Amino acid sequence: MRQPERPHSPMPTAVNTEEEPQVHPDLELVARVKTGDLAAFEKLMRQYERQIFRISLQITQNREDAEDIVQDTFFKAFQKIDQFQGNSKFYTWLVRIAVNESLMRLRKRKAQKTVSMDEEIQTDEGSIPRDFADWMPNPEQNYNQAELAEILRRTIQGLPPGFRTVFVLRDIDGLSTEETAQALKLSVPAVKSRLLRARLQLRERLSRYFRVPSGELA
Amino acid sequence: MNCTEFLANLTDYFDAQTATALRSELEQHMAGCEHCTVTLNTTRQTIEIYRNKELFELPESIHERLRQAVLSKCAAKMKRQKLKQS
Repeated sequence: MRQPERPHSPMPTAVNTEEEPQVHPDLELVARVKTGDLAAFEKLMRQYERQIFRISLQITQNREDAEDIVQDTFFKAFQKIDQFQGNSKFYTWLVRIAVNESLMRLRKRKAQKTVSMDEEIQTDEGSIPRDFADWMPNPEQNYNQAELAEILRRTIQGLPPGFRTVFVLRDIDGLSTEETAQALKLSVPAVKSRLLRARLQLRERLSRYFRVPSGELA
Repeated sequence: MNCTEFLANLTDYFDAQTATALRSELEQHMAGCEHCTVTLNTTRQTIEIYRNKELFELPESIHERLRQAVLSKCAAKMKRQKLKQS
């Protein structure tokens, strides 16, 4: 089972001794990148490229786009590294770039005028559960790996980007609610509200595949 | 507590951000409401299934290619900057 990688703790660890507070390893690398140290930047890439790919893929649902976004995100981060002041985690800052790039790609690909965090979220559809059937035990084991991946992909694809992004950052990538809010420039209550709707909508849609067949109900 | 109130607190409940009093109210509601119990359990499963299933893992060779492409662009940018400064 894959466990989501947890980025490093955002704050330097203050130790109750006379020692200097520890500087977050990312901040040391960022400081080196600012002096033109490409090896330090490569370390940051190696550390976060998989998460950035996963986030981009989940938002765009397109592998080629996600590969391009990984490149664009890191190159942009390198170009703008002087703007990173360390007020947030480096990873959260990076995620913010990746989300913007992903939404831009979606906009281009769908030739839509607006694909934003606010798209299609003004609806209560899916917020109120309608399917109350319980699921089979270990429902994912009723499908082979490829079938299950297709079901999960199709299901998450059906969510509006604003919900999908919050779900991906919070539940798949493992950012905290506050970090997700920071990365998306949303308020904490907005993140919570979108997360609830995303979770309930996904649950409702997955129920079609995972529910106990009606003939087998107790 | 009714089902709507239960749902409104579901996210905080999952994230263990509910005060003890509210938590026991939610659990009390669940004890008497099968629909909310099913909703909670299947929502929890939804999150776990997505968290544990890697939908698409890129091989290291592709990460390597992407990394090298980015680093080349970065090196070229640094070179241009140096030329400008000199």
